[in-house]
Amino acid sequence: MADLETFRAETRAWLEANCPPEMREPIRDDDDVCWGGRNVKFKNDAQRVWLERMGAKGWTVPEWPAEYGGGGLSRAEAKVLAEEMRRIKARSPLSSFGIWMLGPALLKYGNEAQKKEHLPKIARGEIRWCQGYSEPGAGSDLASLRTSAEDKGDHYLVNGSKVWTSYADKADWIFCLVRTDPAAPKHLGISFLLFDMASPGVSTSPIKLISGSSPFCQTFFDNVQVPKENLMGTAGKGWEIAKYLLTHERDMIGGSDSTGGGQRDSVSNIAKRQIGLDAAILADTALRTDIARHEIDAMAFGLTMERVLAETKSGQGTGALSSMLKYYGTELNKQRMELLMSIRGSDGLTWEGPEPRDGDLARSWLRSRANSIEGGTSEVQLNIIAKRVLDLPGA
Amino acid sequence: MPLILTDDQLMIRDSAEGFFKDEAPVAQHRSLRDTANPDGFSRDVWAKMAEMGFAGVLVPESHGGADMGHVAAGIIMEAMGKNLSAAPMLSTAVLGATAIKHGTPEQQAKYLPLIAQGAHLLALAADEAARHKPNHVATTATPSGNGFRLNGVKGFVVDGGVADTLIVAARTSGEVGDTAGITLFLVDPNAEGVTREARAMVDSRGAARVTLNDVQVDGADVLGEVGGGHAILEKVLDAGRACLAAEMLGVSGTSFAMTVDYLKQREQFGQKIGSFQALQHRAAHLFCEIELARSATLKALQALDEGSDRAPMYVSLAKAKAGDVAILASNEGVQMHGGIGMTDEYDIGFFMKRARAAQETFGDSAFHSDRIARTFGY
Repeated sequence: MADLETFRAETRAWLEANCPPEMREPIRDDDDVCWGGRNVKFKNDAQRVWLERMGAKGWTVPEWPAEYGGGGLSRAEAKVLAEEMRRIKARSPLSSFGIWMLGPALLKYGNEAQKKEHLPKIARGEIRWCQGYSEPGAGSDLASLRTSAEDKGDHYLVNGSKVWTSYADKADWIFCLVRTDPAAPKHLGISFLLFDMASPGVSTSPIKLISGSSPFCQTFFDNVQVPKENLMGTAGKGWEIAKYLLTHERDMIGGSDSTGGGQRDSVSNIAKRQIGLDAAILADTALRTDIARHEIDAMAFGLTMERVLAETKSGQGTGALSSMLKYYGTELNKQRMELLMSIRGSDGLTWEGPEPRDGDLARSWLRSRANSIEGGTSEVQLNIIAKRVLDLPGA
Repeated sequence: MPLILTDDQLMIRDSAEGFFKDEAPVAQHRSLRDTANPDGFSRDVWAKMAEMGFAGVLVPESHGGADMGHVAAGIIMEAMGKNLSAAPMLSTAVLGATAIKHGTPEQQAKYLPLIAQGAHLLALAADEAARHKPNHVATTATPSGNGFRLNGVKGFVVDGGVADTLIVAARTSGEVGDTAGITLFLVDPNAEGVTREARAMVDSRGAARVTLNDVQVDGADVLGEVGGGHAILEKVLDAGRACLAAEMLGVSGTSFAMTVDYLKQREQFGQKIGSFQALQHRAAHLFCEIELARSATLKALQALDEGSDRAPMYVSLAKAKAGDVAILASNEGVQMHGGIGMTDEYDIGFFMKRARAAQETFGDSAFHSDRIARTFGY
């Protein structure tokens, strides 16, 4: 424990000296979040310096091994680092699908050369990744995907199309599910390929959403040549990697959208400011009941995240709970946004106004509707719980 | 404190689950009902619960108790909920012991050892209106001789018919609805002027309507300060509410397990009904809801053990969530069982009845949602 306290003191001193003051301010706009990549446009010098310094220490990925660009920290040390960052309200230096999704799968399934090549670049924010999973004809039934990768000896020839590829137009590389064996049963003919989005034959087209923004693309592959060494794991075993990675994605979506966290203002606080009190009771009593019910579920959900984490640490884990957290967390977040729209009433309908953030609530509300669709729909999560947890028979 | 059971608590859980499954299973509940047992529980099982240390779970060791805390009390109540085990656990071991711990050294020395031994039953006579409203105390206590004279009606006293001592909330000052001016009294139910009208409830447990007509009590029978009963009453009720949440968690657990088993056995249209997505999704949703109720309940029990300022909020969270989930789990249980779920011969209906009774006891989810909203200032 003495070592940990030394580590804390050193970390605190290093953060004090190296975290620019601008990086301790709350995140206000989309461009306050740094995604890195070859074509990164830093909002300011502080953002660049902060990423470079944290990347050099491996603290963008504190628990990854140092030989792959990580911080090589123990779980306990990483916790101290997180606490010390929270203490000074330091922003995360890097947001990255490479860190959240591909990295854990690379560490588990990648070969040595792939780990050495890709992990350090992810850690330093030099390469931005996107995920090639869903296709126009393969949504909830992901395993029916048809993008083909034909074995041409020294390379695969990739043809097909992916959809809902987040930020594909800004990404440098893609991790992509492809069909290498069209004759095999659908789950067994899938492989996991990594390739450069700058490869000839790759094109992207942004998709405009109901929220007005275009975070997703449709991505097309027309005779894209991918070197054989870019196959991750074994040919035909890509589905196993896909599922492993989806578990991480679910935790990310379910967790980040939970209303249990202390980061966001509670629905009731917003309601108090907006609607006001009458004799110490929210002036709209019907809405008050809905809000209280929501906050009960939100608190119980936050406690469930806490319990699941504690059970996992102590080995009491009940397992297969990521689907539960994804399902319930995203449904709660949608409910939160519906309540915020109700609280704001006609003010919440503003799409564009004199202030730069006038349309934010309506856009966030619309964006939230995707929470229970992306990363496996709520219905797919319920299917998984029914099958894996409750062991109910197949249809 | 991590939100999990400690090794000691896991052992208590194993022994409680084994005990109630063997000694007080659902079949015993059915038999108590069918024989119209006047107590509504088995005195034999209660004696064994005392031997196991369950009756004294909240009684300090200095008074012969096991002093295992609220989490342990909740574990015992959950096991009872799973088996629908009837016993004066809530009224005596939880409400009674918590109340007496606020008494004088003499009162503690008199009652606590008897509670731990299972030799004395208590009941909380607080609620007057049909809907729980702890400040709504119209029962009066007027100075008389060296004590007080009580007058009023307590409409819903759980285990009131079997209690050896009643803990009565009466008003020594103020108006109905005030928190100040409520005083708690220890009342002998056989004293002159006390009438108890027993009533069997939908869940086959016992409650009584208690009428107090010029009942003379001694100054030594005041529990806590005169006029300061509200604070004690809240602590007593919160211990009871958290343990009811735990019991309802057990009710949900067995309802759900029975239902999932049934989905795997029952065939219609040439296949197991559990293969139908319409039922799978409802079962999977229910699984999630029960997990949330479990987290909220454990947090409430831990908060009580820690003496946290937020304990009342967490207790209301647990009572509201576990209550709604128990209603959902048992209602869905009956629905998914179909016709057989409506028969008296099949057990699932018992769980629905108990869930409803526990939901209505000491504040339903609407009451506790309101309490939470007030806690957060809205």
